[in-house]
Amino acid sequence: MTTSELVPPPVKKAGPALESLTARGRQGRLRNVTRTWRGRVLRIAVPVGLIVLWQLSSVLGWADEFTLPPPSRIIAAYQELWANGDIQAALPISLKRAGTGLAIGVSLGLVLGLFAGLWKIGEEIFDAPLQMLRTIPFIAVVPLFITWFGIGETPKLVLIAAATIFPMYLNTYHGVRGVDKKLIESGQTFGLRGWRLAARVILPTALPAALTGLRYAAGVSLLALVLAEQINAREGIGYLVNNANQNQRPDIVIAGILIYALLGIVVDVLMRVAEHFALPWRPRVAIG
Amino acid sequence: MSPSAETVVDARGVRRVFDRAVLDGVDLQLKQGDFVALLGPSGTGKTTLLRILAGLDAADDGQVLVPRKRSVVFQEPRLIPARRVWRNVVLGSRNPRRDRKKAVTALTEVGLAAKSDAWPLTLSGGEAQRVALARALVTEPGLLLLDEPFAALDALTRIKMHDLVAELIQRHNPAVLLVTHDVDEAILLSDRILILADGSIDVDVAVDFEKPRRRSDPRFIELRTHLLERLGVS
Repeated sequence: MTTSELVPPPVKKAGPALESLTARGRQGRLRNVTRTWRGRVLRIAVPVGLIVLWQLSSVLGWADEFTLPPPSRIIAAYQELWANGDIQAALPISLKRAGTGLAIGVSLGLVLGLFAGLWKIGEEIFDAPLQMLRTIPFIAVVPLFITWFGIGETPKLVLIAAATIFPMYLNTYHGVRGVDKKLIESGQTFGLRGWRLAARVILPTALPAALTGLRYAAGVSLLALVLAEQINAREGIGYLVNNANQNQRPDIVIAGILIYALLGIVVDVLMRVAEHFALPWRPRVAIG
Repeated sequence: MSPSAETVVDARGVRRVFDRAVLDGVDLQLKQGDFVALLGPSGTGKTTLLRILAGLDAADDGQVLVPRKRSVVFQEPRLIPARRVWRNVVLGSRNPRRDRKKAVTALTEVGLAAKSDAWPLTLSGGEAQRVALARALVTEPGLLLLDEPFAALDALTRIKMHDLVAELIQRHNPAVLLVTHDVDEAILLSDRILILADGSIDVDVAVDFEKPRRRSDPRFIELRTHLLERLGVS
């Protein structure tokens, strides 16, 4: 056939224009319940399973007990450390180190952050140098601190303080600077100036950011603590760990590492509780 | 012409230049108890004029005389979230604790005495705006500046707020400048309506029929038609 015809446009095979959306139904509701429970069970089962596997690895001889001591050995190590009084002696010392360094760093960071946030002149003086120093990893300055401050308690505290200044400074400064300009204006409209404006409008509004800074700083203080206790510590958790390492006691090394981890969790929970009580005006501040 | 004793706002030749002269020689006089609405399309400098009268912005030229006690209700409530409601009401007070009673009285006037101890973030939009109104009136200002205070409210809440504002202003009797782009709202509430165009006050009409005004009143309809024409709408 040579006659040309008008070719009709290709018709997409159209489904029905209406689609029925199924209600969830009894089965669907049941599926939701199953999913919720599956989530809960897996969350507990997987970590427990891993610990069991870890224990089995040594029972079945997959791993050498010296390379990876099983959980039972680590529990035994805790019992030993407790019976010797080692933990009771080491823990307060480490906590005091972290706490003192943190207090110094956080105070400095807070004061500098407020100064730079509230006053233009403060920003002009401190912001540029602090932003530059912030880029130095605090781990890198350890050798320098040893040269400057020796191997006693001083370099440890200085290191922790130096590491915690920055999160506190940055969050406080940004918190103060980030206060909604409209709120400041509304304070000014009602005659608030200077100190009163800061106390009633700026500082309370910036508090959440400052507390975030504090939480970060607390976390960093533990990191810095671990590092600081590598510098020839004669007491504290770091000393326990180093000593155990030299005596080829990997079980105690792992026990010490787990104490550091536990401290991290405790500090975080404490900070969340503190936020909950310091910021009652924020809707639904979750604990934990 | 010198300002008479009861003049509370006397602005003459006010100029404010951004990339162009937004205000170019505005004159405005208000007496105590005047309720003036300022209309105009967006970007004509209504809010700029209000901010200059509030002292939040400075004119480039001209002279501005305003009462020392003046307050503003903005489009958003602008409450401090970290301060309880009553603390927000006496935000500018030298001694908030001493003035707590005053705060509660002001909150009673707007029907929110029960929320005195609440946190601002727990209030609804309308409630928060009523707190802002209580905060603006608690100081017994000589000049009350309203910058589209009803714009963010839902229609039903807005009607209630109109009534509340009218009632409270009658009781406290400050000079009021209401910035809005709602022509009906301006006619319902104010005694005088100004339209700002090309940097100066273009229209100045008195709304001289009695309150409460009804939208169905022929005088209402006539005035609205006139104003909308001047705003270039109808």
